[in-house]
Amino acid sequence: MAKFEGVGIRPVAISVDTPEVSRDLREKAGYTFTFLSDPKAEVIRRYDLLHAGAGTDGQDIARPAEFLLDSAGTVRWVNLTENYWVRARPEQILEVAKTLR
Amino acid sequence: MNARRINWPIWAGFLLSLIAFLSYFFVFVWFPVTRDFPWANLLLFALAAALLLVGVRRALATDRSSDPSSTLGVDRPHPTGSKIVAAILATLSVAIFGLFIFATFIIARRLPISHSAPQISQKAPDFTLSDTNGKSVSLSELLASPVNGNAPKGVLLVFYRGYW
Repeated sequence: MAKFEGVGIRPVAISVDTPEVSRDLREKAGYTFTFLSDPKAEVIRRYDLLHAGAGTDGQDIARPAEFLLDSAGTVRWVNLTENYWVRARPEQILEVAKTLR
Repeated sequence: MNARRINWPIWAGFLLSLIAFLSYFFVFVWFPVTRDFPWANLLLFALAAALLLVGVRRALATDRSSDPSSTLGVDRPHPTGSKIVAAILATLSVAIFGLFIFATFIIARRLPISHSAPQISQKAPDFTLSDTNGKSVSLSELLASPVNGNAPKGVLLVFYRGYW
């Protein structure tokens, strides 16, 4: 993730976890980038990423998704995985990130 | 007592299919090469299947080899017992394999289609959410505030499941 900041890309992680839960996760994993909390899944819904009832206790959670935005906020690359074990590889994103100015 | 009476291929095959199942979630999922398509696990399952096949044949063969010894009345193996064990272990292994296919190929693909998610060349909708310190942060702020002392070239939004 530090690689992204190296090329001027700010990673931002978003989930339904509360700020406290996200803080624990962030500290344990040693991440330094921004983690945002969307406990009511409002933004997740606005982005059409809601996976209803898919949490361990049947909560509504986000489906995994990654968006690379340019500095104007326009989507330049998107990954909506079809299999939740399969996530975007950082190298793929870094390739696209290089084309951003 | 008698090593020949332990049908090791069937037990090895069963253990290997357990390993083939669990190793995906605990080991191989961490490496993109073995995660995106679980070929390493399928290979382990194939090995397990080969062992199970040998084991089942061995269990069935016990019958014939036991015939001469039974006429002599010494050290009579339990062909029926070993056949049952072989059948149970082989069935369990097949069930484990089925569960693996179900978990990796079916359950994991039950994701929403997200038709209306922002697409390439569309503007990402702005939002304001709390960070880990409870401070409100908006997307426009994230797009504007410096990264490593320079204006950011972009923002990578990573939506994740949470509740881990």
